[in-house]
Amino acid sequence: MAIKTEPMFLNLGPVHPSTHGVFRMRALVDGEVITDIEPVFGYLHRGIEKLAEGKSYRQFLPLSDRLDYVSSMNNNMAYVMAVEKLAGIEVPQRAEYIRVIMAELQRIIAHLLAIGSFFNDMGTFFTPFFYMFIQKEKITDLFEMVCGQRLLYNYMRFGGVSHDLPPEFIPALTRFLDEMPAEIKKYERLLAENEIVLARSKNVGVLTREMAINASAAGPVLRASGVNWDIRKDDPYSIYDRLDFTVPTGTNGDCYDRYRVRVEELTQSLNIIRQAVDGLPKGKVLNPVPLRFRPSSGEVYSHIEGNKGELGFHVISDGSDKPYRIHVRAPSFINLTALRNMLIGWKLADAIIIFGSIDICLGEVDR
Amino acid sequence: MTVELEYNRIVEALPQDLASCVIAVENHGLVIQPERIADIAAFLKVEPGMELDYLCSVTGIDYIRYFEIDYLLYSLKLNHRLTLKVRLTDRSEPTVPSLTGLWLGAELQEREIFDLLGINFSGHPGMKRIFLWEGFPGHPLRKDYSHGH
Amino acid sequence: MMELLLLPASIRSDVPFGYWWHLLIFGLGIITLLLTSVIIFIWLERRLVGRFQLRHGPNRAGPFGLLQSVADVIKILTKEDIIPSRADKLVFWMAPVIAFTPVVLMLGVVPVADGALLADLNIGILFVVAISSITSLGVFMAGWSSYNKYSLLSAMRTVAQLVSYEMPLILSMVGVVILTGSLSLNEMVKAQSVPFILLQPAGFFIFFTASLAEINRTPFDLLEADSELVAGYNIEYSGMKFATFYLTEYCEAIVLATLTATLFLGGWQGPWLPPMIWLLLKIGLVFCGIVWIRATLPRLRIDQVMNFAWKFLLPLAILNLLVTSLSVIFWPAAPAWASGLINLGMLAVFILTYSKFFKPGGKTVAV
Repeated sequence: MAIKTEPMFLNLGPVHPSTHGVFRMRALVDGEVITDIEPVFGYLHRGIEKLAEGKSYRQFLPLSDRLDYVSSMNNNMAYVMAVEKLAGIEVPQRAEYIRVIMAELQRIIAHLLAIGSFFNDMGTFFTPFFYMFIQKEKITDLFEMVCGQRLLYNYMRFGGVSHDLPPEFIPALTRFLDEMPAEIKKYERLLAENEIVLARSKNVGVLTREMAINASAAGPVLRASGVNWDIRKDDPYSIYDRLDFTVPTGTNGDCYDRYRVRVEELTQSLNIIRQAVDGLPKGKVLNPVPLRFRPSSGEVYSHIEGNKGELGFHVISDGSDKPYRIHVRAPSFINLTALRNMLIGWKLADAIIIFGSIDICLGEVDR
Repeated sequence: MTVELEYNRIVEALPQDLASCVIAVENHGLVIQPERIADIAAFLKVEPGMELDYLCSVTGIDYIRYFEIDYLLYSLKLNHRLTLKVRLTDRSEPTVPSLTGLWLGAELQEREIFDLLGINFSGHPGMKRIFLWEGFPGHPLRKDYSHGH
Repeated sequence: MMELLLLPASIRSDVPFGYWWHLLIFGLGIITLLLTSVIIFIWLERRLVGRFQLRHGPNRAGPFGLLQSVADVIKILTKEDIIPSRADKLVFWMAPVIAFTPVVLMLGVVPVADGALLADLNIGILFVVAISSITSLGVFMAGWSSYNKYSLLSAMRTVAQLVSYEMPLILSMVGVVILTGSLSLNEMVKAQSVPFILLQPAGFFIFFTASLAEINRTPFDLLEADSELVAGYNIEYSGMKFATFYLTEYCEAIVLATLTATLFLGGWQGPWLPPMIWLLLKIGLVFCGIVWIRATLPRLRIDQVMNFAWKFLLPLAILNLLVTSLSVIFWPAAPAWASGLINLGMLAVFILTYSKFFKPGGKTVAV
């Protein structure tokens, strides 16, 4: 005889230690099992797309940092590439190489954060998180060497980058590149085959291939479901067509695969940075453009492979010095489309892990 | 490289009943009649040779005389892309069919466009405001939106 | 006063009112020692976890941060004692008391030297087992009376976990009882010419794991999972009541360490140093082991915890009991290394064969 139970509404967030920001999920819970879930957005909505219409192109650049605030270099790169395509601005080769180095370093930071928080949600009490943060601090020091900032860099400009690399940058970067693979092996030894990690994340929160494509997932979420789609390979921009790297994909689409894809991408990023440093040409780093330049009227959509997925900027110009409309194709926002399908039927404890494995950043979700 | 499909060739490849809903061929996309967007998108999704199975992004723009919605479609298998545009001239009650039945990825993006621009998507499974709270006056991304209230 | 602790209990008959002096000294001694060691162990845990995470740990309050726990205690005691308006007031007030008292009582039967214990019950182990289950009642009362969905959810999980792990705990202790021939803890220590951890490694493993689950420590600490239900059954508690729960948690860890040291590591036995110092050293060692596990492992989900208790630990405990009883019946004069090897061999065979079939469980539930 089955016990009659009543489902109960449980509110996860917005103030919650594990929802990666102010994000709210209203879950209908039957005992421990989630029967329905409704995400509630908008707690960090700052109206960035509306603000863009009142600012010149150059004034929007610091705002673009604040979209996905853990991957500021990538946001900058996507935006300046979009405007350069619109206005036909040329970028010197040295600046392209520097941009790629910065973007890949940023990708390493963001993936370390994602993996660290993934294990935090599992309950390892910050230990892997702290280990990864030691490496993250080294990269943040590198960024501080270049542009003076530790979180929101505002480093790229239309036509290049704002500062050239100081002489101590390359030696410090090479030291970092030499010691990072051993650190990655250190994390792997403890965590990759850990019984508890496997029990908590294997076959948990499966996103099938068809559902991933249908729900417009992108980035590691899409690749973990078995789709080999990486914009750096399939629609190369900047100098990625000259660089040699592989794109890791998963098979199952579960939380464990998403974690593995991110770890493999760490190694690939190190690979890319090494090639970029070896091929770094000399020259200037900026083709200056006027502070308030007027691109010809038209529209452009330009995208990069950000660390959370395809980050695209749809920029529409009406010939004046302010953009007519800027729309951000935010990967975290669109990856959340499949959240409901991924969570239903799982237990409350899994909800946190699955949500963490999608790896969102609220700045991008809510803009 | 992702190739942008040649729009004239697309129009030629469309069957008779769908070719009529193409209003214009522009540099950056095919302009479609708003009511027929779901039909032509369904055709383009499964037609061999096009197979545009991935909806990358949905953008809403307020050109003051009309609203425009851009649908950017990709084919992951064949590595090409296509933009469909829809123009709505009715500023008081703009409506367009929702593409949520074809691509789940349209769900949140269409809610965002409804919230910020006020365009209704008929057939959307859960149409309500997403970023702003229920009862917020106006739609901020419209060009005639003013802060005073 | 110290001499009274070190001399055997026969002093009771020599000194006038000896019985009452004995009770007074030991009673006060236990409470004082317990409370001071909680302070020290909280400091030890925080510093040790800090070292595991490659950082210092608290080092501001006092030399080496020794006054940190004192500062924390002062902070907790000066907080406002808030009772939710719809809480069940009597039960709310009684819950911390009921959770804390049995923990202190358990220390009454642990010997600090030969014959030096508060009450030399000849049913010592039975007393410990009986009293320890009252704590779960206190925890459930706390969760129920708080009138809060989260704490109720957590209290349900707690009771399920605590009750399930009682069985393997008790059965592993019976293995030690069989080797000793008596239920009294004093006799058990005296019978350990070879520490029982070497004679009963399987028993030690089961006892240690089941006790970790009993005291809600990682990897079974889903009740106070900060990343999920934000502090579990003591969400609504503040001030002195919360301090009592916090105290209970650490006292339980100390009592677990004491019982492990007494049952498996040889209690107060050891060369040159006074017996009490040996006991304290062994308690410290076991406690460091508990902290090590906390700093390293992620946590399990509730259904995985239950699966592990009922489908893995319980069969192993029964098997351990069977093998121990058979070896005592058929080979009573076995040398220590032989019975240790038999036990270890049984553990190895069980783990290697059974773990092929054992799945920690949990798939999605059809909704």
